[in-house]
Amino acid sequence: MAELTAKRQINVPLMADLAAQGETPEILFWVGCAGAFDDRYKRVTRAFVRILEHVGVKYAVLGMEESCTGDPAKRAGNEFLFQMQAMQNITTLNGYGIKKVVTACPHCFNTIKNEYPALGGEYEVIHHSTFLQQLINEGRVKVEGGESYKGRRITFHDSCYLGRANNIYEAPRAVLEALDADLVEMKRSKANGLCCGAGGAQMWKEPEPGKKDVNIERTEEALATLDGNAAALDNLYGVESGNAGATPAPKTNGQGSIIAVGCPFCMTMMSDGVKNKERENNVQVFDLAELVASAEGLNA
Amino acid sequence: MHFSIQNFLFLLVAIAGFGLFAWQARKIRANILVGRDRDMSGNVSERLNKTLLVAFGQSKMFKRLTPAFLHLIVYVGFLVINIEVLEIMVDGIFGTHRFLQFLGPVYDVLMATNEILGALVILAVAAFWWRRNRKPPVRRFQGPELRAWPKLDANIILYIEVILMVALFTMNTADLKLHQLRGAEMPGTFPISSLLVGLFPSNEAALHVLERVGWWAHIVGILCFLNYLPSSKHFHIIMAFPNVYYSRLVPQGQFSNVESITHEVKAMMDPSYEVPAPATAPDGSALAPTPFGAKDVNDLAWTNLLNAYSCTECGRCTSVCPANITGKLLSPRKIIMDTRDRMEEKYNSPLIFSPNLYGQEAKHDSQEVLDKDNHTLLRGYVTPEELWACTTCNACVEACPVNINPLESIVEMRRFLVLEESAAPNSLNVMFSNIENNGAPWAFSPSDRFNWADDLYVAEKEAVTA
Repeated sequence: MAELTAKRQINVPLMADLAAQGETPEILFWVGCAGAFDDRYKRVTRAFVRILEHVGVKYAVLGMEESCTGDPAKRAGNEFLFQMQAMQNITTLNGYGIKKVVTACPHCFNTIKNEYPALGGEYEVIHHSTFLQQLINEGRVKVEGGESYKGRRITFHDSCYLGRANNIYEAPRAVLEALDADLVEMKRSKANGLCCGAGGAQMWKEPEPGKKDVNIERTEEALATLDGNAAALDNLYGVESGNAGATPAPKTNGQGSIIAVGCPFCMTMMSDGVKNKERENNVQVFDLAELVASAEGLNA
Repeated sequence: MHFSIQNFLFLLVAIAGFGLFAWQARKIRANILVGRDRDMSGNVSERLNKTLLVAFGQSKMFKRLTPAFLHLIVYVGFLVINIEVLEIMVDGIFGTHRFLQFLGPVYDVLMATNEILGALVILAVAAFWWRRNRKPPVRRFQGPELRAWPKLDANIILYIEVILMVALFTMNTADLKLHQLRGAEMPGTFPISSLLVGLFPSNEAALHVLERVGWWAHIVGILCFLNYLPSSKHFHIIMAFPNVYYSRLVPQGQFSNVESITHEVKAMMDPSYEVPAPATAPDGSALAPTPFGAKDVNDLAWTNLLNAYSCTECGRCTSVCPANITGKLLSPRKIIMDTRDRMEEKYNSPLIFSPNLYGQEAKHDSQEVLDKDNHTLLRGYVTPEELWACTTCNACVEACPVNINPLESIVEMRRFLVLEESAAPNSLNVMFSNIENNGAPWAFSPSDRFNWADDLYVAEKEAVTA
C-alpha cells in the first residue's frame, strides 16, 4: 500500500447557497476583514478552510454578506458606527438562524461573543485556537503527515482580546504542544502578556510620540526569548525584575524559530517587528492554523 | 475602674475624631454619587467571593512577591494591632487598664503577636521608604503624576505608621517597667518591649508619663490618621473593599453598549421602533440631555469615581501599560488620579486638597496644551494624546490589585472626543468612513471580500493499492 497525495479544489460553501438548499451548517466560519483582505492573513483563512475540509466539518461562510463587526470603531469611541455594524451583522446572522460561529480573529471573537448578545445576537462563539484544540483532542487532526515541527523553537504571543479579554490561554498552547516543538514562554505571557501594539484601533493610526513602537518592544522580547539571550532580556525587563525569562540557547537545527500568533493584528505587528530587526532569515511568524495545516500536510 | 478627667477628655477626642471622619466620608460619598447611574446590584455571593479573594486575600498583590510580602506585613499588622486599639478605646472610655487581660493565655499570644508585627511593620516601612526615596526610585514610583502632593503623601503615610508603632512600644515598655519596679505581674507577653526596658528610666513618675504619652500618641495618632485618609492615597485601606465588591463581573474584553445609541440605531433600521421616552426630573420637567461619553467627572459612571478613591497610586497599571513602557504620555494611574483631583476641584474636597495640576513639562506637542480656563477632566487634566495612545489591551485592569478599571474611563473620554467633538485623529476618521462605505476598516471593495477563496486547494492523501 502506498500513499498518493492528490489535490482537490475547494469550493468554499456560501451561507446563502446552503440556505437556498434548505441546509444548515454545523458552524459558520466568520472570516473577518483581515482574513478576507489582508494578504498575509488570507493565507491563515485558507489554511483554516483546508483544515475544515480535511476533517469534513459542515461549514459555511457569509462571503460578501459579511461586514466589519465594528470592533475598531467601538474601541476608538465610535459607538454609533459600532452599533450600526453590529445590528446589520446580527440581522444577517439571525436571518440564517446561525447558532455557532468560529473565527480566527480574537477581535471579531470578542465582539460577537460579548457585545452582540445585548443587541440581540446570541451565538456560541469559538475562537479557532479552541476549535483546533478540540479537533486535535478528538483525534480528527493528527498533526502528522506534513512538515515536522519536532524540536523547533516556538514562542506563543498572546493576543489581548483572546487572553486577558476572554481568559483563553491554554487552547493555543495545547495546539502548539501537539506539534511536539520546543515551546518557550516569554516572561510577559498569558495574563501578563504584552500587547503587540495594534489593539484599540491603533492598527489604523500612527503611534503617539514615544521612545519606541510597542511591536518593536514585543518583538525584541520574543527574539531574546527564542535566542535565549539573557542580556537582551535583562535590558528589556530592567534591573528590577531580574532575569526570569532567560532560557538556554536553542539547538541550531537550521530551521529557525517561530513566533506563533492567533490574531491578524498581532500577525502584522510581529511580522513588521521581525522585519525591522532584520531577522526574517531565521525567525518566522505563523498563525496556529497555518502550523496545523502544514503539519497535517494539507497545503497544496 | 478609675474614672478621671482623662476619660472624659478621651471621649471628647474620640467623638471629635470619628465625627470629623463621618463628615468627610459624607462629602466623598456625595462626590462618587455625582457619577452616572449604573446598576451593580445582584450577584451578591459572586461579589462577596471576589471581595474575599482580591481585597481581603490580596490575591492580585502576589504577582510581585517582594512588595506583596512587605505589604502583607503592614496589612496583617493593621488588622491585628486594631484589636489592641479596641482595647485602648475601651480602656480610654471606662478607665480600665488592659481590659482584654481576662483572655489569659490568648492575651499573651495577642500581645506577643502585636509586638512582633509592630517591629516587622517598622522594617517593612523602612523598605517601602527606601524603594520610594532611593536614587532612582523603583520605576513605578517615578512619573510626572508622582510629584508634589502624591510624592509627599506617600512619605507622610510611612512616617505616621512609624510614629504609631513607636507610640505603641513606648506605652508597652513603660507599662512593663512600671510593673517590674512594683514587682507586679504584667498581663500579656511583650517580646520586643522586654528588650527595650533597659533603655527606659527607673523613675515611676517618668514611666507613668511615658506610658500615658505613648497611649495618647497611639490613639490620637490613629484618629488623626483616620482623618488624613480622605486626603490621601491611603484611603485605599477602606475603599478597596467596596471597589472590589462593585467591580465588573463580565469578561474584560466586553465594553458597555451605549443604550441611547441602541435606541437610535434601532429606530433608524426599523421606522416602527418606538424609542422610550427620555427620563424626566422628579417634577416632570425634561432633564438636560447627557452627552455621549465623558467630558468631565460627572459623565463617568459612579463606579469609575469609586475607582479614583480606591487608588493607592502604586503604579502597577502604568508599569505594564504598553504605551507607557514605550515612552508615550499615557499613564493609566494618572487618569485615575486626575479623576479624583478633578472631582475634588469641582465638588467637595477633603481637609487637605492639593490637585496635581500639570504644566508644560510633560508635553511634546504645543497643540496639546492643557486648557486651564475650561477646566474639565478631558483637556483640563487628560489630553487627547494620552487617550489615543491606549491599545485597550486590559493590562492595567489585570494588574490593579484592587480591580480599578482605567480602560473604561479612557474609552468614555474617547467616545466624547469622537461622538461629541468629531475630534478623532484623521487616520481614524478614514478608518470609520471605510467601515461605513466598504464594511471593512481598509479601503477595499466589498465585492472583493470573497476573493480569498479563489484557487484554493487542499492536499488529500488517498491510500492506493500498488
